[in-house]
Amino acid sequence: MSGQAEKNEKRPVKSAQDEAMPDWSAYRGVMVYVEQREGVAKPVSWQLLGAGRKLADKLDVPLMAVVIGYQVHHLAREAIGYGADIAYLCDDEVLTLYRTRPYSRVMLSLIEEVKPEIVLFGATATGRDLAGAIATHLPTGLTADTTELDVEPPPSRLLLASRPAFSEKMMATILCKQYRPQMATARAGVFKALPYDPNRSGEIIEIQNQMKEEEIAARVIEFIRETNRIDLESADIIVAGGRGLGGPEPFKMLKELADALGGVVGASRAAVDAGWIGHEHQVGQTGHTVRPKLYIAVGISGAVQHTVGMMNSELIVAINKDKDAPIFNFAHYGLVGDLFEIVPALIEEVKKQKACVMKE
Amino acid sequence: MQNFTNRRGGFTLHIVVCIKQVPDSREIRIDPNTNTLIRQGVPSIVNFYDMHGLEEALRLKDRFGARVTIVTMGPPPAEKSLKECISLGADEAVLVTDRGFAGADTLATSYVLAKAISKIADEWGPVDMVFCGKQTLDGDTGQVGPGIACRLDLEQLTYVCAVEEVDPVKRIVRVRRKLEDGIEVVETRMPVLITALAELNQVRRASLPGVIHGFRYKPIVWTLKDFPDIDRTKIGLKGSPTIVGKTWIPELKKANCEFLEADTPQAAARKLVEKLWSDSRTEQLGWKEVAGK
Repeated sequence: MSGQAEKNEKRPVKSAQDEAMPDWSAYRGVMVYVEQREGVAKPVSWQLLGAGRKLADKLDVPLMAVVIGYQVHHLAREAIGYGADIAYLCDDEVLTLYRTRPYSRVMLSLIEEVKPEIVLFGATATGRDLAGAIATHLPTGLTADTTELDVEPPPSRLLLASRPAFSEKMMATILCKQYRPQMATARAGVFKALPYDPNRSGEIIEIQNQMKEEEIAARVIEFIRETNRIDLESADIIVAGGRGLGGPEPFKMLKELADALGGVVGASRAAVDAGWIGHEHQVGQTGHTVRPKLYIAVGISGAVQHTVGMMNSELIVAINKDKDAPIFNFAHYGLVGDLFEIVPALIEEVKKQKACVMKE
Repeated sequence: MQNFTNRRGGFTLHIVVCIKQVPDSREIRIDPNTNTLIRQGVPSIVNFYDMHGLEEALRLKDRFGARVTIVTMGPPPAEKSLKECISLGADEAVLVTDRGFAGADTLATSYVLAKAISKIADEWGPVDMVFCGKQTLDGDTGQVGPGIACRLDLEQLTYVCAVEEVDPVKRIVRVRRKLEDGIEVVETRMPVLITALAELNQVRRASLPGVIHGFRYKPIVWTLKDFPDIDRTKIGLKGSPTIVGKTWIPELKKANCEFLEADTPQAAARKLVEKLWSDSRTEQLGWKEVAGK
């Protein structure tokens, strides 16, 4: 009934959770589900192996990857190169495309056999679909959309899964004391993958598919890939425009800069509310929360509603004519001046630099 | 094949829509003096995504004469949201409420909702489709839908942006699911649980007679004693594996801004690009190699 983050308000209530923790010594190891499509892993999978590696080292247990699909042997290898000690591989034609039932059956039988203490999934559509089914079956606790993962050192070994709540305005650490494994989905683009090491050694263990095709009701008729969808949440580079742009036309200029840098266009609420650009571009409290490597704020003053949605960007650049604009409190580099002069100059400079590299 | 027009008093499909009354978290502000959340005056609404589930159910009702039953678990004031659903055209609404249910996480919530849906099936006939929102505005987990599907052994279709086909006779459902990298078209059999995205449809407005009907309507109330076989260790705070530890309000991450000054915009742009190319924070973008050349 409540969101996970709400319950602190209902205290003090004496619950089973306050009692002593049971003996969980049969549960050891950190497991990461490797999400893939057509033999290509989602970046979040390798990011989670990076996060999982730290947890496993702290607990002194193996890091396990689970690769499920068809003709995906190479991904088991890659998982080891990205930090896994053991890669479980379930390779079967029935598993060519993700479907909830057959995938969750493979995961469930593996979890029941191996008994990991922690299982992590990407907080993607597929990761959430799968984790939600598995956690209910086991049953155990599942924390959604975590952005920080840590463990208490032994003997407690508790997973500290922290996540934003109330449109990013609050952070809460969620614990699961009375059930194992501890499960969490984790946001893409937040955790860092380890550098790929092709010589890293590890073990690949093949596991069995659990369902025959005729036992599965769901059929994937078609997958329509959308390559040009605005995916702000997983973008590495965002060029965002605000009220300072003054109309829809200057967004073309931002698009040109974003294209030159290999990024996408974002916008503040003011620009979206004014109808200059679609809501799918909106960054901030009522839009998307983003964590790109580079965020360029153009003509955005930096109201709190906007900054909560982008302040975790790796590097922030602000371009604004008002040197007192609050956005400069959050920016690493600032350019004070007329955006209509600076942005075209930037586009030219980026293109020029790129051309130099091409020639070489 | 069953004759669906004759079963359960004439309706072809029985659809349950799960809703939740939530504080509109978009309206919650932070008090800058106390650094706490300001919840006073925050309006309660039907979870935004649930309304799209309801709308889709009502469209199926318009098309096939389906019966639409609403269910929510929550405190008594959630009646307001149930009345709103009735005013839009739902047939019946059930409020599952008890102190014993309070403090539930997603696992305990899906347990009680699954029990309630089973009871709805006992009262008004088997359920063919269940709609949920893709997630709630306050919990943001998206885990209750899959939890219900799992417990009732329903086919699970999450993140649905279009219902392409529903065939009550062949008992087939075909939908479009919106994933990060594209759209997946999936077909499966009933009974099915669908979690709705905002793109699914445009929610209708209540008609005046609808509003009056909703205003007068008294939701059915089920408490713990209406579920004699419920396992009390699986409900409420006790039945919830996840607990909230520390909570905090994240600091706004202020940075020390380095202002790049130059005589011309071109010079300023050049300075910035040089900074971007060489800054360690953009290392993962692979620009280092570029800068080195």
